[in-house]
Order: sequence, then structure tokens, then C-alpha cells
Amino acid sequence: MSSVAQKRGFGAALWDWMTTVDHKKIGILYLIGGGFFFVVGGIEAMIIRLQLLKPNNDLVSAGLFNDLITMHGTTMIFLAAMPILFGFMNYIMPLQIGARDVAFPFINSLGFWMFFLGGVFLNVSWFFGQVPDAGWTSYASLSLASPGHGIDFYAIGLQIAGGGTLMGGINFLVTIINMRAPGMTYMRMPLFTWTTFVASAMILFAFPPLTVGLFFLTFDRMFDANFFDHQMGGNTIIWEHIFWIFGHPEVYILILPAFGIFSEIFSIFSRKRLFGYPAMVFATVLIGFLGFMVWAHHMFTVGLGPTANAIFAVATMAIAVPTGVKIFNWLLTIWGGSIVMTTPMLYALGFIPSFVMGGVTGVMQGAAPLDYQLHDSYFIVAHFHYVIVGGVVLAILAGVHLYWPKMFGTMLSETLGKITFVFFFVGFHCTFLIQHWLGFWGMPRRVWTYMDGQGWNTANLISSIGALLMAIGVIVMVINIIMTTVKNVRVGNDPWGDGRTLEWAIPSPPPFYNFTQTPLVRGLDTVWIEKQEGNATGLTFAEPITDIHMPHGSIIPFFMTVGLFIAGFGAMYHQETSWGLPLLIFGLAWTFVSMAMRSLKDDLGYHVTKEEIQADINNASKGGQN
Amino acid sequence: MAEVEMYKRTPIEQDLFVRRSKETMRGQVMMFSLMIFMTLVSFTFVVAYQQGVEGFTKYLVIPVLFLFAAVQVGLQLYYFMHMKDKGHGIPQMFMFTGVVFAFLIPLTFVTIVWW
Ligand code: HEM
Ligand SMILES: [Cu+2]
Repeated sequence: MSSVAQKRGFGAALWDWMTTVDHKKIGILYLIGGGFFFVVGGIEAMIIRLQLLKPNNDLVSAGLFNDLITMHGTTMIFLAAMPILFGFMNYIMPLQIGARDVAFPFINSLGFWMFFLGGVFLNVSWFFGQVPDAGWTSYASLSLASPGHGIDFYAIGLQIAGGGTLMGGINFLVTIINMRAPGMTYMRMPLFTWTTFVASAMILFAFPPLTVGLFFLTFDRMFDANFFDHQMGGNTIIWEHIFWIFGHPEVYILILPAFGIFSEIFSIFSRKRLFGYPAMVFATVLIGFLGFMVWAHHMFTVGLGPTANAIFAVATMAIAVPTGVKIFNWLLTIWGGSIVMTTPMLYALGFIPSFVMGGVTGVMQGAAPLDYQLHDSYFIVAHFHYVIVGGVVLAILAGVHLYWPKMFGTMLSETLGKITFVFFFVGFHCTFLIQHWLGFWGMPRRVWTYMDGQGWNTANLISSIGALLMAIGVIVMVINIIMTTVKNVRVGNDPWGDGRTLEWAIPSPPPFYNFTQTPLVRGLDTVWIEKQEGNATGLTFAEPITDIHMPHGSIIPFFMTVGLFIAGFGAMYHQETSWGLPLLIFGLAWTFVSMAMRSLKDDLGYHVTKEEIQADINNASKGGQN
Repeated sequence: MAEVEMYKRTPIEQDLFVRRSKETMRGQVMMFSLMIFMTLVSFTFVVAYQQGVEGFTKYLVIPVLFLFAAVQVGLQLYYFMHMKDKGHGIPQMFMFTGVVFAFLIPLTFVTIVWW
């Protein structure tokens, strides 16, 4: 941060962050927002594991337990994992392709605020004492029967947050298609950019079904529609289809950016080009496409019939092939590399066996006849935690360590980082490995408590101890972050020493315009190529220093979202109160007025002049980083 | 905004530009006539069916209408919305992916939900 920023008052800083359209600041906002919800979801998880610690426990009531598992799942997927990955995408992807910002900075900010206020909307349900309680999948028969406003919070909160995600995804797509630096062909894009691209394309196709499903649910619950009510000619199974047409792509939207982060790590810390880069790209695209063809594997036991089950079983197993391609390419990247055992690399190495185990149980569940045994048992819980924690969360933790110096200009302590890894990794396997057997032994998922004498006691105890270890790991990381920030030892452009892509050739943190001049990309891992050829800066420029056009910040995205937030409460209360409907109209009007303000007022942005840029360059070369 | 830069075409470029524009215009007009023609044919078919003209059964008229509709959508996209021109590869890819999903998913629905 510049010294100017530190001298400003708190109010000015807050205003700055609320109006920012800079992709780097929005990235950090996503990380903070997602990190906050990660802690909330984590606390919910700890309470769940405490409740299941011993048989016949009554720490929480059955109703509260349902609230907890629903909010844990929903929060972790929609409000923690996705936004944190979005944070990395936002911050890193434009740097990797040599761009100065995303294609639509204003929409980027709108996307963040919609995610955040949508998440807040969902979580205020705790203060109303009416919490979503039909599971994160919210199957329609159950969710229509749920009393109170719990499910309404789910439907509206996710609608708002999902809208933000959709905008973010479209923004990333346009950015990658249109804003690559000269020479950055598709087949020279770093893998994290590629996975961002494919994940965004999946968002583009997967989120509209969710939007439709949530609207149906909203209409059924709040506006007397009957989409899912079979007594009125609706069909409750449709919700399951719509949800999983979204839901299965969603799990791949989560894992692909994680694959991207690990691909970067493997090649940086093996000091080798990624093995089989074209195959990696192809596998990513193929996974993205196949991800839409398998949703019914979540519904094998619904009674779709043997033909449908067989087709979806085969399609499901097909996904294991491109996933396998990726695993082997990572192994061959490490093979013969000169490996550096940094914290991110530890996570990456731990990820491979963990994720493979999750993949294998996935294929087991993909075998429809076997799934009749496994479905709705703890085996499923083990499977998806192996892929999500062993894949996505490990990638998030690895990414935090890898990119922290780039984002904040200070290096997290490697010692504490490794301690975090050990606690988290051991805790993770301790929690979830045993759950496979719990499933085999017949323990159903989503049960509030269990009786003594069924042979489940020790396994549940082990599982709960593991959860505690993971929590310790996360706490150590928080301590690490605080200590590093307080010490504030500044680092240079490429703190890991082996950076291969453009983000490692500019200051940490980068200036707000990213690149003084647009870089010229000469191949895959362009910075590495430049360094091999003796160009210590790692950059060749494609243009002389010229004025840079930058957008102004704006508070309008925040206001637009506030309108939706208000409208959400209006919709929720319009049936039982007289002020509900006016509030709904008021909120929507507020949003549209904000939109009109944005449209009618021309804001052409401003220019950073050549002289200012030259001054920044001189300042940096004198070592005058502040 | 930076100062507006004026770029003067050379005479040869100007010539090429004029010729290209003419070609485009010719294409547009031709396609437009074709579309009008197809619309007229469609209406004629429907009228013929209603008047009970021999041979104009449901099984002829409906498929033909669908076929013409599809062709019209294609012409609209390719000629008037410029999808045939260079630089539209990516939008095309996304649109076709969307079309594939929009076809496959309802297909599964009619086979396994509303069988
Ligand atoms: C080789 C890859 C995979 C296969 C073959 C696979 C297969 C399956 C199957 C068949 C189920 C349904 C089981 C049942 O409910 O009876 C399932 C559930 C699930 N999978 Fe996977 N999976 C794979 C990878 C992943 C990945 C990468 C993720 C996430 C990052 C993931 C997340 C989930 C989740 C969240 C559920 C449970 C959903 C719920 O019912 O709440 N899976 N998987
Ligand atoms: Cu799935």
C-alpha cells in the first residue's frame, strides 16, 4: 500500500473500498467476504461434529441441527469456496494475461456486492430464528413443507448471490476473450487462466437453471404458484433435476480453478514447464463439457428407470478419464523436476492422493447399482468432502500462501504455513476417511443423533477429533496472517524466485494500473523464457509508455444491491403484512433508479499520465518501494 | 477519452472498402428478399391448409413451417447479425453449446420426467 493510503482516515478508506472498481481490490474484497463466511461455516461444522461426538447427544435440538447442516453446506459452497476462488480469479487472472483490469470493472463491483449482500441476507435468518432447514439441496417436497421463512431466506439470498456469480463469470469470459496482451494466444495462457475460462463458461450455462429453479421455489412459497406441488399438477422431481443440472456443474466450477492453482504450483516449484500442457487444456475443456451430462447420478434412487440410470452411470464414469489425464500430467511435471518443498508445494503434493481418493469413491457412486447402497449414507459425505476439502479447500489454502506476497507484499511464515498444513491435512483425513466406513456400517447422512450400540461411537469420535485438528490448522494460519502483517517485511516482484507467468514480473502488490506498458508475450511461461534469455526483468514490452485510461470508482453497484436486499424482505413478508408489497416495489424501484443513474450519467474515466508512470518507475528502480 | 484520432484511407483502401460494402449490401438485399419470400410461402401453406387444398395436410405443413423458421433464424443470425463475418468464432461456439444443452436437457426431461 502506498503511504498515502495509511494517512487517510478510516471513513475515507471505507469509502475507497466500497466504491472501488479495481479488480485487485475487488479480489481482496472477495477473499475477505469469502473468508468471513468460511469462518461462519466452519463454526457451524464444529457444532455439527460436537453434536455427533457421542451417541444420544442433545447439545443441539433436532431442528437446530437441520438449520446447521443446511447453512453449513450452503455457506461453504456458495459463500466461501466460490467467492474465495473468485477472489483469486479476480486478482490473478488479469495479471496473468497482461491486462489492466477486467472487461467490465463496474459489473465486477456489482457482482461482488450481490454476492456479499446475498450472503448476508441468507445469514440474517439466524437473527430471525427462522433458518433454512431443508439441506443445501432444498428438495422441493421438504422445502415447500418447511414452516416459517427459513426457506425464503434460502431462495432469495441465493438468488441475489447467484446473480452476482453469473455477472462475475461473464465478466471473466469477456476479459479472457478480449483483453489478452499481444502474443498471449489461447495456447499460451497459463493454466489458472484456462481453468478460470472454463469455469466461467460453466457458470454461464449452469447458473441460469439455478435462477429458474429458485424463482420457481420463490413463486411456490411466496406467490401461490404450484410448480413443485403434485396435488396441483406440478412435479416435485423437477426441482431435483433443475437443482442438479446446476449442481453437478457447480462442483466442477469449484474444482477447476483449484486444478488451475495446483497446476501453477507444480510447475513453479518443480521449476519445469507443465507436462503435457495441450492435454491439460483439452482435459479441462472436456471436463467442463461432460460436467453437464451427468447430473442424474445424484438421482439414481429416484426411480428414473434402468435405461436412464445406465446412461448416466456411463457418462459419469467417463469424467474420470480427463481427470486421470490431469493427475498423470501433474505427476510427470514433478517427475525429474528440481523440487522446492514450500508450503504451497506441500499442499499440492497432499492434494493428489486426497483428490484421487475422492475421485475413486465418485466412480463407485457412479455405478448405479452400488449407489443404491451408498446413497444418503455417510459414504456420500466422505466422498464429497474428499473432493471439496481435499481438492478445493487445499487449493484455497495453497493459493493463500502462494499469492499472499503478490497481493500484500509480505511473505507468510513458511514454518507456520507448514504447521498449518500438517494440522489441516491430518485433521482432514482423520475426519473424513472413517466416514466411508460409517457409511458402509449403515449410518445415514443428515441425522441429528444416533443410538448407542450400533458400532458407530468410536468412528464418530475419531471424526470429531479430526475436525478439531482442522480448526487448529486454520487458527494457526490466522495467527500467521496477523504476525506477517504486523511485521510487514516487504518483498520484491518474484518472492518465490521461480515465477513463470506475468504476475511475477511486476511489483508486489502491483500498481493500480498493473503494467506500466502492455507486455509482449513470447510463449508459454513468458517470464521464465525471458529470464532464461538473460532478461532479468522478465518482461518485454509491446508498446512505449503512454497515458493509461482508467475507470472511476462508483458507489452505484452497492446501492443497486441494497435495493435488491430490501426487495427480498418485501417479497418475503408480502403475504402476511400490508407493508410487504410496498417494500418489494420500493426496493426494485430503488435498484432501477440506481441503474438509470448509471446509464444516464456519462463517466468517461480518467488518464494516468506518462509523467506519473515514469515517476513510479524511477521510484521503484531506486528501491523506494513504500 | 484520448483525442479523437483521424485516420485517412488511401485511395486503394477506399476502393476496396466501397467494393466490400457493395457486396455486403447485395448480400443483405438478397437475403432479405429470400426471407420475405419464405414468409409468403409459409402463409400460403397455412391458407392452403385451411382451405383444405388437396395434399396440404398437417404432416406437410407443420414440418415445412418449422424448417422455414429454422432457416430464417439462421439467416437472421448469419447475415443480419454478422455471424458469418470474421471474429465471431467464440460467440458461435458459446451459442452452439447453448443450443446443444437446450436441446439435450429438454430431451431428457421428455424421456425420463414426463414419460
Ligand atoms: C470423478 C469424479 C466424480 C464422480 C464420478 C462423482 C460422482 C458422484 C456421485 C455419483 C454422487 C452422488 C452420490 C449419491 O448421492 O448417491 C456424487 C455426490 C457428490 N459429489 Fe461427486 N463425483 C466426482 C467428483 C466430484 C467433485 C470434483 C466434486 C466437488 C468438487 C464433487 C462433489 C460432490 C458433492 C457435493 C456430492 C453430494 C451432493 C449431495 O447430495 O449433497 N464430486 N458424486
Ligand atoms: Cu455430481
